[in-house]
Amino acid sequence: MEASSTSVREVAPSAEQVLGAAQRHIGEKLIRVVLTLAAGVTILVTLGIIASLVGETLAFFQDEAVTVKEFLTGDTWTPLFSEPEFGIRPLVQGTLIISLIGLAVAIPLGLGTAIYLSEYAPRRVRQTVKPTLELLAGVPTVVFGYFALTFFTPKVLGDLAGLDVSVFNGLAGGIIVGIMIVPTIASVAEDAMTAVPQGLREGAYGVGASRRQVSTRVVFPAALSGIVAAIVLGASRAVGETMIVLIAAGQVPTTSLDPTGPMETMTAFIGATGKGDVPTGSTGYKAIFAVGFTLFVMTLLINAVAIRFVRRYRQVYE
Amino acid sequence: MLPTTPSGATMVTDVSPPDPEREAAAAQAAPGVVVADAPKPDVGAPAVIDHAIAEPVFETQGLSVHYAGKPAVLDVSLRVAQRQITAFIGPSGCGKSTILRCFDRMNDLIPVAKVGGKVLYHGLDLYGDGIDAVQVRKRIGMVFQKPNPFPKSIYDNIAFGPKVLGIKGDMDEMVETALVRASLWDDVKDRLKDNAFGMSGGQQQRLCIARALATSPDVLLMDEPCSALDPISTGRIEDLMHQLKETVSIVIVTHNMQQAARVSDRTAFFIVDLSAGEDSRIGRLVEYGPTQRIFTTPHDQRTEDYVSGKFG
Amino acid sequence: MSALDPAASSPLALDARATLGAARRSVAVRDRLFVALLLVLTSIGLIVLAALLIDTGIDGFPKISADFLTSFPSAFPAKAGIESALVGTLWLMAVVAAVIVPLGVATALYLEEYADHLKWWNRVVEVNIQNLAAVPSIVYGILGLAFIVRGPLGLGRTVLAGGLTLSLVVLPVVIVTAREAIRAVPPSIKEGALALGCTQWQAIWKQLLPASIPGIATGVILSLSRAIGETAPLILVGAATFVAFNPTGLDSAFTALPLQIFSWISQPKEEFQALAAAAIVVLLVVLIMLNAVAIWLRNRYQKRW
Repeated sequence: MEASSTSVREVAPSAEQVLGAAQRHIGEKLIRVVLTLAAGVTILVTLGIIASLVGETLAFFQDEAVTVKEFLTGDTWTPLFSEPEFGIRPLVQGTLIISLIGLAVAIPLGLGTAIYLSEYAPRRVRQTVKPTLELLAGVPTVVFGYFALTFFTPKVLGDLAGLDVSVFNGLAGGIIVGIMIVPTIASVAEDAMTAVPQGLREGAYGVGASRRQVSTRVVFPAALSGIVAAIVLGASRAVGETMIVLIAAGQVPTTSLDPTGPMETMTAFIGATGKGDVPTGSTGYKAIFAVGFTLFVMTLLINAVAIRFVRRYRQVYE
Repeated sequence: MLPTTPSGATMVTDVSPPDPEREAAAAQAAPGVVVADAPKPDVGAPAVIDHAIAEPVFETQGLSVHYAGKPAVLDVSLRVAQRQITAFIGPSGCGKSTILRCFDRMNDLIPVAKVGGKVLYHGLDLYGDGIDAVQVRKRIGMVFQKPNPFPKSIYDNIAFGPKVLGIKGDMDEMVETALVRASLWDDVKDRLKDNAFGMSGGQQQRLCIARALATSPDVLLMDEPCSALDPISTGRIEDLMHQLKETVSIVIVTHNMQQAARVSDRTAFFIVDLSAGEDSRIGRLVEYGPTQRIFTTPHDQRTEDYVSGKFG
Repeated sequence: MSALDPAASSPLALDARATLGAARRSVAVRDRLFVALLLVLTSIGLIVLAALLIDTGIDGFPKISADFLTSFPSAFPAKAGIESALVGTLWLMAVVAAVIVPLGVATALYLEEYADHLKWWNRVVEVNIQNLAAVPSIVYGILGLAFIVRGPLGLGRTVLAGGLTLSLVVLPVVIVTAREAIRAVPPSIKEGALALGCTQWQAIWKQLLPASIPGIATGVILSLSRAIGETAPLILVGAATFVAFNPTGLDSAFTALPLQIFSWISQPKEEFQALAAAAIVVLLVVLIMLNAVAIWLRNRYQKRW
């Protein structure tokens, strides 16, 4: 085939003669297996969470002779009584009320901070405020809980605002949860607003809009899906928060809507019950899982919404 | 029978003299028509095989590269001579770098790239069964467009290759030899422990050349090595290449025609073939031969147009 | 004056100036109110932070002494200290670091260097990690209780169990930051190593990983500072009775700073509140030091590629 008769190579040299012995690279294959297994651990963790929660929740429904309907709609939660009742509504309500109070606090504070940092703040102010916010984000929630119980309730709610609140109350819990999630909302929203191209702003300024108008009518709407993502992320953190509510909001499951009294959230119930040495398979043990499962599903749903929004806002500018 | 590719590009061997009759016939022929040539001495397989190249270091036979099914380079057949400098020139997008990267199996790193045809290295099919890409790269060195020294000291940059590949010997000596060959030794001999990033662009590129030389390859592939450098550094590297070719075969991709004319012994000219449709850009070999001929009396009109600057 | 300045006196000019000036004024008021509002909103968060630090400081500072740091918890507030909590926290962090570094870096390497992103199972892995990052930490406590303390691993309420549980909480964060650190290294570095004839792993181990270590280290430190403050999982996984001794091994019972803080807050006697505040101050100091190290690392080794 190679008809070039002028130079004939009788035998093509072997690979080994030219290149050196090919190695089978067993070590490489082994490393790949090890790394894949490591990544697999994360899947295992999720499977573990689901397996443990689902398993005991099923046992809960079977052994305690509770129907799902009673569980979800019943309005009394007394699992540890001799005649227990397993309506989870008070816990869910507690979680929702406190989270809503928290969002009512965190959204204006967080978005206000975000708009200020992104559109107004001079560089030096931004350079001090942003790290301070990160500091706030790093404070352990148990510290917030202490602050809520020993300072906020007596001094701010009691003395300053003159409210008649009990020592453990949902209002303090909710407000402090709100403060806790301000950095989350502020930083994600601020990222979204900073990502808006400068050209959009310049177009508006060019028409004679004031900075306020540019911020609220141009930048904010442009960054909207990122801002919504920030809020949803904050909501997810509020729902999952344990220590603040465990310390300051109380351990009385109630369907009362009055935030000046104590209320119990799903997370607080789990924390309070799990603190002692609950025997495996006992009613309390199973209740922990049933409530935990409900909580897990809730946060999963909220996060699915958040991820959807984050993905949408990322696509617009990248 | 002189083979043509479907798009009508004529393949010219080194041996055939310029033939005005044939060129006239080619100009009149419709695309897709095979232009018969006067009987030639045995040219052989459907490729450009340079008879003057007796023992090529590389020989490609119908080399093609597809990215995710779409052809990027088709039907390239040529021979690269030992201890000479071979230049690949052509407009951007004609696949010169893609072809170069076939020679050391660097296209393996791109999952959607598929290499077809044959690439022979000293007669050995580089893409054959049982050939280990890692071994291939130990023998064939590469220098990239943008200098990419490791974030280590100058000494460690050079020593990295021999150390990792298990080449035994006096490391200090090997480092010095490599730096001398890359014409960098005098510049850095007093600061071997300094970080490589502290050097100028031209020095960094010579460092990358030294690094590649440290493993004693017999071929050096250079992918537009001077395009990120200033003219003075470029000149130094071109001088360096002249010295190196005594011991190392060099294949250089360059978008700078004058550089190819200055530096290379043989030149291959590629084009972008747009005839297959809106989206298709296929790189094809047009002409290949001694640099002198390519730049003064090329056989193909397109080559002449390119080297005289009519299109770029 | 108007005689000397013809432009100023023309009726059109006067009119324009009057209307422009007027429009600007009402808008300007709203603008200034808006800025004021933003400043108030921004300050509130900062004021609360300041109040938190000051209040805790005032409550806690007087209680801090060498004795406090070297005594064990006790039923008598005057004698109580946080030594077992401090040492317990150190043990826990050692376990967490030992787990998250290999596991997190290995997973990050897999995702960045070995995984084919077109394959669906690799995308599942990535989405899964994002989900895990958002799971409330108490759910990890439940997982720990079911599988690590009891169940298949059955380690009991030990340091190892606590450390493993905390590792799971921060693992997603480590993976994400390690991936970013690896991605920040220019691919040309790895390409240069491969062109010399390195295998994939040689190029990673000898060039890619060393170049990404500062970024990975910063991520690990930040994850540790998150793990230090986590209380909820430890409530479910830690000791039920109070622990007045330092851990004797991975299999020993333990307490930790946040646990001790929580325990003291829950006590009715007011002196214990002050102790909790003091422990909080210690915890915050530790956190500030950790974060300072992380910031220093980031600044020192930030390479300009």
